[in-house]
Amino acid sequence: MHPVLKLVAQRLALSTLLLLAASVLIFAGTTILPGDVAQNILGQSATPESLANLRKELGMDQPATTRYFNWLFGALQGDLGTALTNGRDIVESLSGRLKNTLFLAFWAAVVAVPLAIFLGLLAVRYRERWPDKLISAVTLASISVPEFLIGYVLMYYVGVKLGWAPTVSTIYDSMSLGEKLNAIALPVTVLTMVVLAHMMRMTRAAILNVMQSAYIETAELKGLTSFQVIARHAFPNAIAPVVNVVMLNLAYLVVGVVVVEVVFVYPGMGQYLVDHVAKRDVPVVQACGLIFAAVYIGLNMVADIVSILANPRLRHPK
Amino acid sequence: MMRIPPAAMIGLFFTGLYFFMAIFAPLISPYPMTEIVGDVWEPASSEHWLGTDNIGRDLLSRMIYGGRTTIFIATAATILSFSLGSILGFTAAVVGGWVDQAMSRFVDLIMSIPTLIFALVVLSVMPVTLLILILVMGLLDSTRVYRLARAVAVDINVMDFVEAAKLRGEGRRWIIFREILPNALSPLVAEMGLRFIFAVLFVSTLSFLGLGVQPPNADWGGIVKENKDGIVYGIPAALVPAVAIATLAISVNLVADWVLNRTTSLKGGRG
Repeated sequence: MHPVLKLVAQRLALSTLLLLAASVLIFAGTTILPGDVAQNILGQSATPESLANLRKELGMDQPATTRYFNWLFGALQGDLGTALTNGRDIVESLSGRLKNTLFLAFWAAVVAVPLAIFLGLLAVRYRERWPDKLISAVTLASISVPEFLIGYVLMYYVGVKLGWAPTVSTIYDSMSLGEKLNAIALPVTVLTMVVLAHMMRMTRAAILNVMQSAYIETAELKGLTSFQVIARHAFPNAIAPVVNVVMLNLAYLVVGVVVVEVVFVYPGMGQYLVDHVAKRDVPVVQACGLIFAAVYIGLNMVADIVSILANPRLRHPK
Repeated sequence: MMRIPPAAMIGLFFTGLYFFMAIFAPLISPYPMTEIVGDVWEPASSEHWLGTDNIGRDLLSRMIYGGRTTIFIATAATILSFSLGSILGFTAAVVGGWVDQAMSRFVDLIMSIPTLIFALVVLSVMPVTLLILILVMGLLDSTRVYRLARAVAVDINVMDFVEAAKLRGEGRRWIIFREILPNALSPLVAEMGLRFIFAVLFVSTLSFLGLGVQPPNADWGGIVKENKDGIVYGIPAALVPAVAIATLAISVNLVADWVLNRTTSLKGGRG
């Protein structure tokens, strides 16, 4: 087997294993811990009989391993159970919200990724001069600022004072694309700002790293034009780190979405998860946790695979 | 004579100020934390420097007590994550073998789930108390300290003075606490600032989502949540605690940066 294929297959297997282990962890986290779901739902004044009934209804009278495998096989077949609080099918409630969340994350990525790479290149071009220093300062500030601060500052000044964009991002299926984009303008801006600085800085580091290698110096010394140096030598070696940066930040985006959705009352998965954590609706929390973990692990896997595929050294087996 | 750069001075000043207010909160705050003293969302005045909050409590007093809660939780969680993470990390590096493998793979597994999501999953079944919050945050964050501590200790573990101590017949405890710990301290202390910021942002986020500190007590994230509905009506009360979180985090960051530069310049650069 070709070594690249073998490495890719290894990554796939590893990620599947990791996801499986993560599902055990999520299930265990909500089961083994001392909190009692039935007690939580019914409150302190519940009678022992009603507690016993509810436990039976939830399948709590079965051993944990049986419940785990039931849950896992259900999830594999697309059945995540029903919500405790309203008895509705979780997959049904989730699918629309997952679509909304991905819609928001997608547009944030569309804005943030090209902008970050462009600014990262700019920082490399003007290294140690003011654009570079400005970018470093902004990065320092942005990792220290909570997402909801950026959200509320924008909402207060852009949404309320200037009235340029709606402050609450409700979207419906019947809205046209333009209306939807207008509704999510502010959350997309917040998410962009959250990931931009980090992505910019990592892009800068990745490209600087490549530009300082010995083969770039060799290429310059043998008289290639700077365009040829970049196109033939720097670019192929910079793809992998840059894609890695982008993927890691997209994974971060998926989590940042939780807070931003709550700020702008956006009907996505993050809001759904937070609501049901407060209501202690365990099946919903498990389902959301599993999906978030799957997306996160999946994006990390794609980052790994892309860097394997893009690595010129692996393309020519010895 | 030690020269402190201006950025670090600003950082030290604000960090000191916030910690001072946190420690002496009952003496400083002009009103009790939960007492209703005025109308809803009064603007700033000489009686209420920052105005009043969503049910008419003095915002400045709530900010001071809220800062106390935020800083207390973040400090406790940082101490927990540091003690646990560094001791386990050093142990893994010194013992090696399957112990190291098992612990490192387990940490990989925990880090494969986003921290916020994992915390939400756990908090959905646990009662939300101060102790639980500190434990959850400290344990989740100790994975990051573990990785750093292990990486640093693996390097130190092969140095001559550690070899000498091993040949002398010193036990593992001596190796970890007397040989490795003093030499690993400076990178760990610099990391401590970052972990503290992370803890501040994390507890604020949880409280903002309504899953952290429970009313009538509040930390800064909780005060944002209480006052967020005012934003739409043009009342900026929710921005005050949010700005406090940001300035605290930036100040600690400036101090941590300075400590890092200082400790690395002592050893003649960072490698």
